[in-house]
Amino acid sequence: MSQPAGRKIQAVIVDDEELARQVLREFLSAHAEIEITAECANGFEAVKTVAERKPDLVFLDIQMPKLDGFEVLELIGNEAAVIFVTAYDNYAIRAFEVHAVDYLLKPISVERFEAALARAKERVGGKTNAGALPAAELAAAARPPQQYADRIPVRDGAKVFIVPVAKLDYAEAQDDYVALASEGKKHLKQQTIASLETILDPTRFLRIHRSYIVNLERVARIEPYGKDSHVAVLANGTQLPVSRAGYARLRAYLDR
Amino acid sequence: MHPILTQLRRLALYLLAWIPIAGLLAYLLAMPGAITWRESLVMAAPLSLVYAFLCLSAWYPCRVTPIERSSFSRLFSTHLATALLATGLWVLAARMLALELSQSASYRGLDKRFSTEMPLLVGTGVLLYLLSIAFYYVLLTLEASREAEARVMKASVLAREAELRALKAQVNPHFLFNSLNSISALTSSDAAKAREMCILLGDFLRRTLGLGEKTAIPLEEEMSLIRAFLSVEKIRFGPRIKLEENIDQEAMDVQVPPLLLQPLVENAIVHGIANLIEGGWIRLDAQCKNGDLAIVVENTYDPEAPARRRNGVGLKNVRQRLEARFGNRATFGVKTEGDHFRVSITLPAEREARAT
Repeated sequence: MSQPAGRKIQAVIVDDEELARQVLREFLSAHAEIEITAECANGFEAVKTVAERKPDLVFLDIQMPKLDGFEVLELIGNEAAVIFVTAYDNYAIRAFEVHAVDYLLKPISVERFEAALARAKERVGGKTNAGALPAAELAAAARPPQQYADRIPVRDGAKVFIVPVAKLDYAEAQDDYVALASEGKKHLKQQTIASLETILDPTRFLRIHRSYIVNLERVARIEPYGKDSHVAVLANGTQLPVSRAGYARLRAYLDR
Repeated sequence: MHPILTQLRRLALYLLAWIPIAGLLAYLLAMPGAITWRESLVMAAPLSLVYAFLCLSAWYPCRVTPIERSSFSRLFSTHLATALLATGLWVLAARMLALELSQSASYRGLDKRFSTEMPLLVGTGVLLYLLSIAFYYVLLTLEASREAEARVMKASVLAREAELRALKAQVNPHFLFNSLNSISALTSSDAAKAREMCILLGDFLRRTLGLGEKTAIPLEEEMSLIRAFLSVEKIRFGPRIKLEENIDQEAMDVQVPPLLLQPLVENAIVHGIANLIEGGWIRLDAQCKNGDLAIVVENTYDPEAPARRRNGVGLKNVRQRLEARFGNRATFGVKTEGDHFRVSITLPAEREARAT
């Protein structure tokens, strides 16, 4: 992601408070090499703007309408360097786990801002986001233990869908993606099924197959299939393969 | 301290209780027929009075030999010795009284005839003394259990106070951080507005000063605190916040725990209005009915908003403070209906200022 000489660094400011955006605008005005290409007041707008404009740098508030900062980061991936800006200090560890460049606390001091900007420029100037796990996997790993997701944000181009976990029927692995089946639709998300499994409540979701996680509430019955394998039949008629290990887990769950 | 001697009323009651004992003694003395009824009465009355006071002394050996912690032999020897001593003194007094009375013509020979009553007198003396010992032990046990009860009461009061201290009304510091950030923004763009916000923030903070130590403030004071809080938040959120107040005039002087409603209003902003792009409203109702104050804080919110980690902490704190303070005399309910979030509280409508 090296910069062509002379090209300005494109930055986007995301915060639902106009005055908070104003502070960043003012601090950035001292840097001619940075251009503010957009300002967003909520998470949906942020994802859309980042998808369309592909900025180098995003200043991201955490608590916002529609999508919080972590969900935005999960959806925009590693394409832009992200600096979190928030009044809360309790998200700092999680912020660095999802590879944020820095974490600024409100009220923001000029010195801290300059230091964060210098780090961001380093990242933008070539030292790319090494490792490059999909952002959704970083986010899953950074989730506090025992705290399961109640919704899964999905991006399709510039559009954002929210899949509430309660409305998720099953998830199917498709190479580096998972297809989330919900209300008759399938949403593709760049995340491995193993990583998705870690954010779902194990008392409500079960890995019945290498490629399938099912919402236990949707399972209508289990039928034998072939010699010694099974299928799970969902309430809407969908049939999902159940592996031998998956069948053992299902039995253990049903016998409880 | 002696439980009977130290209070005149108790002493009077105690002596009154000895009147039937005196009657019984007179009856016992007259029964064998050695002395007449009149002689028996004349002897029994002063003797009972003397013994009533002698038996008061039983308190002291009882106190120094606690019944649960003394061996049986110790109890037995102590009380037998004191009983015999008291009885001895009493019998001596009886002989002297009989001798004195026999000097007069109407009671001639009383000392001789009375000497046959001695075994009866000794038996009665020991028995009465032992009865008073039993009485004092009962008294001591009652006192001990009352003390234990008082200790338990005190401990639970202390525990509740500690709980209240832990739940102390506090202003959320993130509100301050965000407000300071807004002021920081305004200093270069609109200095007058920055100053206004400093003043509003100062006004709010001043009102909250020392509130943690107070147990109650009039609802009116809480309301002006909320208005000061909202005027700061309005600068941050702009026209996104709308407040609606429906407060009965008679509710205004009801005493409420300080900073009880402010966290609810703050919740309505942080979890409600802050998540709504177009903003929303907060409605605050307070009415007095049937000796209770009924408060409703209602706001619009986005049911699909991302869950926030702090969510529920503020509500839980308010519920616990109500519970610790009023027990089951207060109620707390949360209800969501579509995009409306409603907290309903009832608490006893107390008016006169409490000690702070």
